[in-house]
Amino acid sequence: MKRGRVAYSGGVHACTPHGDVRIRLEDGRVVEESAVVWLPPFEPRTVFAVGLNYADHASELKFARQKEPLIFLKGRGSLAGHRAQTRRPSDATSMHYECELAVVIGAVARSVPRNEALKYVAGYTVANDYAIRDYLENYYRPNLRSKNRDAATLLGPWLVDAADVPDPGALALRTRVNGRITQRGHTSDMIFSVPLLIEYLSEFMTLAPGDVILTGTPAGVVNLNPGDVVITEIDGIGSLVGYIAGDAKYHVVTGKA
Amino acid sequence: MLSMYPDQYAPVPGTVYGAVLNFHADLAGLAGQLHQPPYLAPPQAPVLYIKPANTWIADGGTITIPAAAAGTAGVQVAATIGLVIGTPASRVTEEKALEHVSALRVVNDITLPHESVYRPAIRQRCRDGFCPIGPAIPLAGPATFLANCRMRTLINGVLQHEWSTKELVRGPGRLLADVSEFMTLWPGDVLLLGTPRAAPLARAGDRVRVEAAGLNALENELVLCAKEVA
Repeated sequence: MKRGRVAYSGGVHACTPHGDVRIRLEDGRVVEESAVVWLPPFEPRTVFAVGLNYADHASELKFARQKEPLIFLKGRGSLAGHRAQTRRPSDATSMHYECELAVVIGAVARSVPRNEALKYVAGYTVANDYAIRDYLENYYRPNLRSKNRDAATLLGPWLVDAADVPDPGALALRTRVNGRITQRGHTSDMIFSVPLLIEYLSEFMTLAPGDVILTGTPAGVVNLNPGDVVITEIDGIGSLVGYIAGDAKYHVVTGKA
Repeated sequence: MLSMYPDQYAPVPGTVYGAVLNFHADLAGLAGQLHQPPYLAPPQAPVLYIKPANTWIADGGTITIPAAAAGTAGVQVAATIGLVIGTPASRVTEEKALEHVSALRVVNDITLPHESVYRPAIRQRCRDGFCPIGPAIPLAGPATFLANCRMRTLINGVLQHEWSTKELVRGPGRLLADVSEFMTLWPGDVLLLGTPRAAPLARAGDRVRVEAAGLNALENELVLCAKEVA
């Protein structure tokens, strides 16, 4: 089953797919999916992200293979839903997307061994975790100024039940920019698989429903420009659309140069 | 939501951010390293971390520490202040920043000691119970008094550490302004002013008390992780 959350006609609604271009609200109304505002498909609690979790992406960025998962966290304000507009500041020269499998925790998890880990998963969604590389600094890297910007982490459109995803390590993913495929990968190439990540995190912190782990992105990131349409997609999970907006569009009257 | 400590949980209706390397003495202590690998250049923007929901614990709650930190190493503990956002703060100026702060929360920011600040210190900073956090104390007006006030950390009743907001690289207004340049802080979010790298060490069995700006105090006991005792 696939479940989403949208704002429509003055309220927030749960929804399910209804054909290719429509959705069905919980009260039975069927509406065009482009007529709603998409929210992340669940209420996120702690948001984890994993850096350099695909060997090909790590070498693309000239990093050695991680011995321990490189984890960083995100705040609520960084999150947005399907079809969100994300700002590309005018002084940035390198902004890229990151297509990632997002794993949503469904039960309290503490010291969970890897072979039990998938029992604690509620479901999966697609993430696009934008980065602005100009703002990277080497302190608690990747730092928040680069990775925790407003509406720079998209989640959605659907939360797909774990029961419908027998193996999260067997999913093809790709990104299209303006219709052209720029990134291809496969979750079997993760350095730290979904069960390993749950084992690692739950060893020192208690995971709880709503926690979500963004599991990293493979090679193939390219610079984005204002006006670009970015579609990150994972087979069987969904296609997540994002729009890049330059300052001229984002801030009609700019507050700063 | 629950944590390991259902009776001791301290809810925060937002995200808790903290600043590291926000002390002049800390930057001076690293001066020889800031231009070397892996840092290569001194920090420009505020260096932030997040204290997630599993770390929030109320005054009086018991904090479990891993066996590896029970002996000589210990865990670092220190008082700090959390600015509670009252109205959305996006690209605010230093002069106007504190108008967005509606309350203060006293916090004991706990971490396993870690020398390197190159990678996010999640395993060190984000363990269950590592953020004792007091109730939000409403402010009558902008908290300008924060420009000069003291934080005290006591272990087993003995004052072990004290710091003043005058030691900060970015005081409350400057910090909030610089953070809001790249991300909006929302009502209920908390921005911690930071703790010094020289924060004192506490061990299993210790009672840690933090006092901040004369507002109120938090006291929490450290215990050894039961699983690791066995």
